[in-house]
Amino acid sequence: MPDGPPRDGDRVIEQLREMILVREFETRVSELFENNELPGFVHLYIGQEAVGVGACSAIRDEDYITSTHRGHGHAIAKGLDIDRMMAELFGKASGYCGGKSGSMHIADIDRGMLGANGIVGAGPPLAAGAGQSIRRRGEDRVCLSFFGEGAMAEGQVHEAMNLAGVRDLPVVFVCENNGYGEMTPAEEQHNVEGFLARGDVYGMPSEDVDGMDVRDVYDATSRAVERARDGEGPSLLVCETYRYRGHYEGDPTTYRTDEEVERWQERDPIETLTADLVEAGELVEADVESMRADARERVDEAVAFARESDMPDPETAFDGVYAEEL
Amino acid sequence: MSGGESETSMRDAINDALREELQRDESVYVVGEDVAEAGGSFGITRGLHEEFGEERVFDTPISEQAIVGSSAGAALTGSRPVAEIMYADFMALAAEQVMNQAGLFRYMFGGDATVPMTVRTVNGGSGFNAAAQHSKSLHGLFMGMPGVRVVLGSTVHDTKGLLKSAIRSDDPVLFFEHMELYNRTAEVPDGSYTLPLGEAAVEREGEDVTVVATQLMLHHSLDVAASLAEDGISVEVVSPRTMKPLDVETLVESARRTGRVVVADESTVQAGPGSYVARRIEEEAFYHLEAPVSVVGVDDTPVPFSPPLADAVVPGPDDIEDAIRSLPRL
Repeated sequence: MPDGPPRDGDRVIEQLREMILVREFETRVSELFENNELPGFVHLYIGQEAVGVGACSAIRDEDYITSTHRGHGHAIAKGLDIDRMMAELFGKASGYCGGKSGSMHIADIDRGMLGANGIVGAGPPLAAGAGQSIRRRGEDRVCLSFFGEGAMAEGQVHEAMNLAGVRDLPVVFVCENNGYGEMTPAEEQHNVEGFLARGDVYGMPSEDVDGMDVRDVYDATSRAVERARDGEGPSLLVCETYRYRGHYEGDPTTYRTDEEVERWQERDPIETLTADLVEAGELVEADVESMRADARERVDEAVAFARESDMPDPETAFDGVYAEEL
Repeated sequence: MSGGESETSMRDAINDALREELQRDESVYVVGEDVAEAGGSFGITRGLHEEFGEERVFDTPISEQAIVGSSAGAALTGSRPVAEIMYADFMALAAEQVMNQAGLFRYMFGGDATVPMTVRTVNGGSGFNAAAQHSKSLHGLFMGMPGVRVVLGSTVHDTKGLLKSAIRSDDPVLFFEHMELYNRTAEVPDGSYTLPLGEAAVEREGEDVTVVATQLMLHHSLDVAASLAEDGISVEVVSPRTMKPLDVETLVESARRTGRVVVADESTVQAGPGSYVARRIEEEAFYHLEAPVSVVGVDDTPVPFSPPLADAVVPGPDDIEDAIRSLPRL
């Protein structure tokens, strides 16, 4: 990390660049999946980029995050290498996990990325544990825990929030309300309007965040992170956002209308920020086009790396179950 | 070290193991329900909170998922948590955090992550009439979960040494104690000692029958072996100690020598650990066996409350003796 915060304008431009990279990565993954180049299944983050990028840009390299089944954006925002991510999606030996994880379990513990997770709601207890490690060592690190609003119906999320509250753990719970828990509207899954009250009941401050605006996410996360670093305990951020793609690639999305998708796309986190920055004279359209071209080139390289990499040796299927041979 | 031995209860031996590991490694902490000032539901953690303070020994809400899930997260981030789950039955609540989280991380994340987490929990309870939700022996469930080690506390001596090794292990360990063994006493070495995970122990040597027995069943088996010796039946009693990985070699060596085997384990026989142990022995000692391995355990029945009902369901010394005497050509 550089000393001191960058000028706001520089930071926002970096955030834009990062969101564009996530968008291009995910768009390419969608195409690759459509072309049957990727085994398994994938859940894309397109539309929600401002949350992952805004939140992760408010923490340091040595901080932790827990992620979800929709985790590519979190991973990229936490600084993971997209070559190795793409190779993992291809099931290649050079992937982050040697082909053992695929999309849903990408992790890089050394970078503080404690794993995408295929179990809805599994991240928050892990985040509480990271918070426990931080507290025991007396550090000023934090852990961000991303989860969808669907996970608000999972018991372990509530246990984790309660535990973090009771023990003042340095965790920021980042709820991404994208409107749908899998393929059912959120309002059919939760008998409350919004999720802010979920913070109140566990004695932590909660904040409603515009999840389509990276600046709003960054500001809210920064406030919550500062509280956590100061030993004031956890916070809940409820980021209102939208998932442009289906729950999984191939989801026919019959449960929502095109009009609804278009309404949210009018608030697209990349387009609106670009328009604001151009209007403010921070950059010109050509700058954004060049960011897009750079991102595409970077993703091209990642795809080439993944395609050229070897499939794992079947023998490695039996490696790495245990740390110690007994 | 004095090199001497002292009469110690199971409860104190476990407490000593925890104290010694807390002293030895500052990344170790003890977490669970009522483990701090209350000293644990079975008094196992008494005095540790006072000695090590709130950062090393602390209570949680009644939240088994958060206890085990946070332990997994802490283990990924440089801590070495020792979680207490009050009864093995309650591991049903936290099965997710073992089978989909802690047990998979190292493998799923590509072999670099370590998850040095120990979960201590408690099998048995029928002798205290704890009824169906507080009496099960559930180590068998976790033997089917890749990535986790499964260790049993059976004798006072072994429990201390094995628990210390479990805490030092870089893999997640499910450590099952037994409710009815906490007051048992034995001579154990003074000071610190560890025992290797994955090695069975021959507790009594014999020539005619091998009894492979766990926890309370081990103690019953030793009593039965002593009494059968008076009738001229020589019983070898083997404690597997670690159920995963199982020390098949030691069990098979004994089985080949005696030619007759009984497995006594307080879990259900159906899809239970006793049946698995029997299969492994039959597979490798088949031509040395006089009869199929006999499995003593709990039928496909919950553990009931009332003493005569509980006694009918959970095996006792008589059941082990009957199984031995039913073996051919003794």
